[in-house]
Amino acid sequence: MPVIELRGITKRFGSLVANDHVDFDVETGEIHALLGENGAGKSTLMKILYGLYQPDGGEILINGSPVHLKSPADAIANGIGFVSQHFSLVPTFTVSENVLLGHEGGFLIDKAAMKQRVTAMADSLGMNLDPDAVVGKLAVGQQQRVEILKALYRKCRVLIMDEPTAVLTPQDTEKLFETLRHLQAQGMSVIIITHKLNEVLAVSQRVTVLRLGKVVGRTATADTTQTGLAEMMVGRKTVTVVRNSEHKVGDLAKLDVRDLHMTDKRGGLLLRGLSLSARGGEIVGIAGVAGNGQSELVSVLTGMAVPQSGSVLVNVQPMPFGQPKALAKLKIARIPEDRLRGIIGDLSVADNLMLEQSDQFTSFGHLKNRQIRENAEKLIRDFQIKASPNDPARTLSGGNIQKIILARSLAQDPEVIIASQPTRGLDVGATEYVHQKLIEQKQRGAAVLLISEDLDEILVLSDRILVIYEGRIAGEFAAENADIQAIGALMTGANLSPEAGLAGA
Amino acid sequence: MESLILLIGATLRIATPILFGALGETVIERAGILNLGIEGTLLLSSFIGFVTAQAADSLWIGLAAAILTGIILNLLMGFLVVTLGLNQHVCGLGITLFATGFALFAFRLIYGGVSTPPALDESFQPLNAFTGTAFAPLFSQHWLTYVSLLFVPLLSWLLFRTSFGLRLRSVGEAPDAADTAGINVYRMRYTALIIGGALMGLGGAFLSLAQLGAFTHGIINGRGWVAIAIVIFGNWKPWRVLAGALLFSGVQALQLRLQAEGVPLPYELLLALPYLLTIVAIAIVGRNASYPAALLKPYRREG
Repeated sequence: MPVIELRGITKRFGSLVANDHVDFDVETGEIHALLGENGAGKSTLMKILYGLYQPDGGEILINGSPVHLKSPADAIANGIGFVSQHFSLVPTFTVSENVLLGHEGGFLIDKAAMKQRVTAMADSLGMNLDPDAVVGKLAVGQQQRVEILKALYRKCRVLIMDEPTAVLTPQDTEKLFETLRHLQAQGMSVIIITHKLNEVLAVSQRVTVLRLGKVVGRTATADTTQTGLAEMMVGRKTVTVVRNSEHKVGDLAKLDVRDLHMTDKRGGLLLRGLSLSARGGEIVGIAGVAGNGQSELVSVLTGMAVPQSGSVLVNVQPMPFGQPKALAKLKIARIPEDRLRGIIGDLSVADNLMLEQSDQFTSFGHLKNRQIRENAEKLIRDFQIKASPNDPARTLSGGNIQKIILARSLAQDPEVIIASQPTRGLDVGATEYVHQKLIEQKQRGAAVLLISEDLDEILVLSDRILVIYEGRIAGEFAAENADIQAIGALMTGANLSPEAGLAGA
Repeated sequence: MESLILLIGATLRIATPILFGALGETVIERAGILNLGIEGTLLLSSFIGFVTAQAADSLWIGLAAAILTGIILNLLMGFLVVTLGLNQHVCGLGITLFATGFALFAFRLIYGGVSTPPALDESFQPLNAFTGTAFAPLFSQHWLTYVSLLFVPLLSWLLFRTSFGLRLRSVGEAPDAADTAGINVYRMRYTALIIGGALMGLGGAFLSLAQLGAFTHGIINGRGWVAIAIVIFGNWKPWRVLAGALLFSGVQALQLRLQAEGVPLPYELLLALPYLLTIVAIAIVGRNASYPAALLKPYRREG
């Protein structure tokens, strides 16, 4: 008997049918992947199971008996835990306070006992967590572990994880999967919501695929392949991007970064003599484990940080540091790591689309509303953004927000594009779109610097691959002879240690 | 030595209403609500307590009425900012304006245009201990002063050592996290408002029923705003709030004494001294203030 069974669940938001007679079940002790593109209805379905939404139709059975889950408290009482993409943690509380919150077991809090229990639980899952650490100061991967502990502490038997790897580094992802296997060994069931196919294959036993609110496939993971899953999920044959070499790479370095040095406030080295160059017509990929200077490099190149020494030349002109405004003049476009920081959520789509060229759309400080609107309509058409000019940008999906950022930066025909994690958290369709656009740009003759923690993305797109390690470039590969083993070794700073294979996983 | 003891005694007396207000505000802000209604709440509690005590001829009934007034005004605040999710600044100021206006209006109705403030025949009297010793002035305090001091460890314990406090703080820091942990955010915020409202009521009552035994329009005279500054100074921690209240009141007591002794300084400057000090202290301490993260934010489940 399945531990969870959803029968004919239907949920409407206005005219949108988010879930359309969805049947879904989870067995005891299995890891079950719920796969689908953004907007396929995965999160809605799981929010219903967690009592956050009430279904318009259908029923929920737990251990064979029908239940009404009116609130998360009901779901928790029924042994269901939920780790959402945005953690439900109190940043100023310690790990153990967060774990206990709402289930303190009495009016008085016994701090020593509380710490002991949390430590014991963490140990049983092979986690290394300080119960006294303030959660807001922990890395994302560790915060996620706190969330898992919380669920476990509430005697959760079925753990729902919403896009758990979207924010994780490859190393943390591997650790998460280990934790999930620990949970499974303790007899728990895990539902993992994802749109990443390799993860489905890596960790789950069964997979249910949703598309446009309907179940389109349900299979044992062992019986399927990446291509098979992708077809079910997207509903059409996916085209893998192929590097197009039918264009000329310029001789001139459009972006020339020389010997950047940067230290943090405490004197820690962030960049240690980093040099690189990118010519027009090529995509240069920066591969590396998070925290090796990627974000500092991006900050310098986008005018948000000033290095201690070194220089950056754009088309042989020196780029002034710490002046984001100078970027437009030098025709540098940026696709920021966190797309929500690239837009202003409460402003309209049209306003966001002109934000970086606001001088062109104002006269004496007065907004030229007609031009702003025309600009927006054109870009919405060209970039197939699913929104109207007056929608507040925050109401858009991640893919469409990324399109706003692309449209805004690419419409200016930039010379240099700094793309930092451009597809993080996007679904297959949107990812493909972003990749296509970057390729178009290089074919047009722009120099593209692609910083990504997704090694596959780097391998697929780049003409040259640079490996960043501890604030400098540790090695370079031409795309044709990129060796995953060697890249992995450089990423981890090892000279072909046994760990080298990890990067290829 | 004797003047120092006098000074400390005066400090405690001056601190009492401010401490009540600041502690109440601390509890409320810890739950994520900035109650700018405090100034008006103190005034109306003070007034209702006074009128009721007079009418019922009982200080205790007056005290209860003052507490009830504090609670009712805070429940009104709750209805506006918790239930309706309206802007906390606007609603808080609105309540202060309403409560002030209402108090003055009712005062006129009841007492007409009197030139001397109405006074109680009998008000709460200071408890005298250690009479005959040098410490007598220090311990010649109202029982409400001791109560206000008792609330410091009590609230500190409640906020930081109990599950209730953990929940209350979670609601002010991350209400979404609290909600998913099964805590009723709305109920928690209302509870905080009730506790805070009762404390504000006590603060108002102290002035009209104990310290002055009378009521005037200017009886609160900005003490509510000072309390809000002291909460920030105190970094939302009861003990530090006490320190802030004592600091302000200490300077206040000192300047009164200097005035009485005829120090050759313009008295306007002396009057301004405690407030100047508050500004300086906030400017220094406030830079590292760790505001409850959800302060000012109405909670709605995302749908």
